[in-house]
Amino acid sequence: MLTQEKQAPALPETDTMLSGSQALLHGFVVEGVDTIFGYPGGAIMPIYDALYDFEGDLKHILVRHEQGGIHAGQGYARSSGKVGVVFATSGPGATNLVTGLADALIDSTPLVCITGQVFAHLLGTDAFQEADVIGITTPVTKWNYQVTDATEIPEVLAKAFHIARSGRPGPVLIDITKNAQLQKFAFKGYTPCDHIRSYRPKPIVRKEYIRQAAELINKAKKPFVLWGQGVMLGSAEQEFRAFLEKTGIPAAWTIMGAGALPTDHPQNVGMLGMHGNYGPNVMTNECDVLIAIGMRFDDRVTGRLDKYAKQAQVIHLDIDPAEIDKNVKTTVPVWGDCKETLPLLTQMVETKQHTEWLAKFREFEQKEIDAVIREELFPTSDEMTMGEVIQQLNELTKGDAIIVTDVGQHQMVACRYAKLNQTRSNITSGGLGTMGFALPAAIGAKFGAPDRTVVAVIGDGGVQMTIQELGTIMQSGIDVKILILNNQFLGMVRQWQELFHERRYSFVDITSPDYVTVAKGYGIPGRSINQRENLVEALQKMLTNPGSFLLEVMVTKENNVFPMVPQGCSVSEIRLK
Amino acid sequence: MSEQAPIERQEYNITVYTENQIGLLNRIAMIFSRRKMNIESLNTSPSEIEGIHRFNIVVHETEEVVSKIARQIEKQVEVLKVYYNTNEDVIWQEMALYKVPTDIVAEKAKVERLLRENGARVVVIRKDYTVFETTGHREETDNLIKILQPFGLIEFVRSARIAIIKDSDGFNRKLREFERAEPGHEVMENEFLNSREKVFSM
Ligand SMILES: Cc1ncc(C[n+]2csc(CCOP(=O)(O)OP(=O)(O)O)c2C)c(N)n1
Ligand SMILES: [Mg+2]
Repeated sequence: MLTQEKQAPALPETDTMLSGSQALLHGFVVEGVDTIFGYPGGAIMPIYDALYDFEGDLKHILVRHEQGGIHAGQGYARSSGKVGVVFATSGPGATNLVTGLADALIDSTPLVCITGQVFAHLLGTDAFQEADVIGITTPVTKWNYQVTDATEIPEVLAKAFHIARSGRPGPVLIDITKNAQLQKFAFKGYTPCDHIRSYRPKPIVRKEYIRQAAELINKAKKPFVLWGQGVMLGSAEQEFRAFLEKTGIPAAWTIMGAGALPTDHPQNVGMLGMHGNYGPNVMTNECDVLIAIGMRFDDRVTGRLDKYAKQAQVIHLDIDPAEIDKNVKTTVPVWGDCKETLPLLTQMVETKQHTEWLAKFREFEQKEIDAVIREELFPTSDEMTMGEVIQQLNELTKGDAIIVTDVGQHQMVACRYAKLNQTRSNITSGGLGTMGFALPAAIGAKFGAPDRTVVAVIGDGGVQMTIQELGTIMQSGIDVKILILNNQFLGMVRQWQELFHERRYSFVDITSPDYVTVAKGYGIPGRSINQRENLVEALQKMLTNPGSFLLEVMVTKENNVFPMVPQGCSVSEIRLK
Repeated sequence: MSEQAPIERQEYNITVYTENQIGLLNRIAMIFSRRKMNIESLNTSPSEIEGIHRFNIVVHETEEVVSKIARQIEKQVEVLKVYYNTNEDVIWQEMALYKVPTDIVAEKAKVERLLRENGARVVVIRKDYTVFETTGHREETDNLIKILQPFGLIEFVRSARIAIIKDSDGFNRKLREFERAEPGHEVMENEFLNSREKVFSM
């Protein structure tokens, strides 16, 4: 950008009189925040007023809806590994954050959200734009706190950052009454927090369990690793890879873990869960030792629990003690940050290869290719499939792009087939399954990783949930590639209606606007294609266009995502069709 | 902590040591309500340490559920430590107040004897009514309601349960450990994990 960078005021000396708002923003600078996603309003105006002087250090992105703001914060956090920061005003501004908070909590995404609140003397009077934000957000935050006195701000903000990013990360919300934003006080400096006595983000590593885990692994004939996002949250990709390569164990991922090990790695056997790969699901019920690393046995991964890996000894590595035994009973619990526990485990395990066992996964893969994958990626039918779009995208990006997906069939297809060379390349709403996530999250992801290509893969349903964020793209000039896979249906719901509700297509037929015209209205170039012969060229145009581009691909209407573990079934009952 | 996890539901006394923080009660209560679990009794009070609060929560559940809940509670930022115990593992009491018409109590010596036999004490005597108090286990306080009912029990109220853990040596030493950046092993001890030694076999 060619704009002149304004320098933020330097950190004031002790006892300088500052407003609560100024103290807050100085705190952000000390914490290394560079980007804030937000939307102003009456109760947060003093903070926005102070922000005007911080333009050099704190870039503020004006979103079009607070839900867009928080999803952008999530995308930023997920692509950069830093804490996402979000501002919203009181009442409706704050309540618009709730979906994003729930999403960030279940997907362990570090966020610090600041909401304005009415004056302290008006609390509880049903004042204009007053909502009980602490009450509303308690079940969807890792921690929240209401500030009514400016002198509390530095300490509370420091705590908020510490809590958001340490241990199992999560969203934190600080609700600041307007009087506290305005109040002047003698600033005592800003000290980041690294210890709260009632909060132990990292359980102490117990060596005896690591030893027991190693013994189990060394004796195992058919060990199987399942990994989740914990590997990335712990920045333990290298440690994970070292462990895998020494033990030779086949490994499969949850959608939140995708990309922590490159797609092409010989031990990467694919995706777990309801629409995961055939082999990993079936082998879960054949392995003798199951090693779960930084994943939480979500029901979409396990299918029917009483028929899940009953034959296996389970080793569970997790930083959150509450996850151990929550869904699946473990034989050996390995508490702790996998960045610390994995190297300890690697030291104690024997160097091995599980060639035959690994080959079994490849046999299943071949069956899946024959039954599902080949036709999905290289269809013989006239109409385009979602899979072939992703396949062509892979060819062009070579697996170096960040893929941000929305929720539905296209999400499952993108997660299954996207080639990922690097970590932090797959950003999706895994736990909450929030439609409308992708467009704003992609904007945030690009701010968090400006050197990478960011492709948002979105359904025709989901894109209409947060389409207003095209305005954010327009105004900020950010470069996001928007790929709409239009099947003219709320496809995933339609699939379930087809399979489990006798094709009673109840309200899943959804119409779309002319997306190219909509994009044009926002100054974003676009194109819509429905012929295979245009696919590669259109994708190429999207990727090479300097700046954002919207590409709509009309795909076949009634395709189903397979394989599938029907709800209530065991993972070994996975259906190929 | 009992040796094996009983499958049946029974009363568990959950003791929670926390910071004094507005909203924490709500956060803890939501852990139960979210799972559609009934809290039989909930008491908050100061603890043996100034500034540290103590919750006593009673639920009727299986040990498996209670142990999961305990870990969910302990996960909250302002919660220092959670214990759960069966009724055998704690000394517990509840207090009850009974309001009865004074004329009946005065007229019928029988009532006074009943009260004495049930360990009730007089808190207030007025011309129109008298308030008695008993402290004890639920069956005892319940029993007196039945007894007083025919004599015109005007009002009854019972407090939440408070419980002392028999083999706890208090929280002072633990708190000092928590205040260190790197607490020692002992304070991180986890009953659940320690029982693993028995479960695990190679
Ligand atoms: C906010 C929200 N509302 C409803 C749903 C339920 N839901 C899950 S997938 C889906 C259909 C999505 O349709 P579309 O965006 O077109 O994607 P497709 O499945 O067709 O690829 C719906 C409605 C949801 N996940 N999120
Ligand atoms: Mg669709």
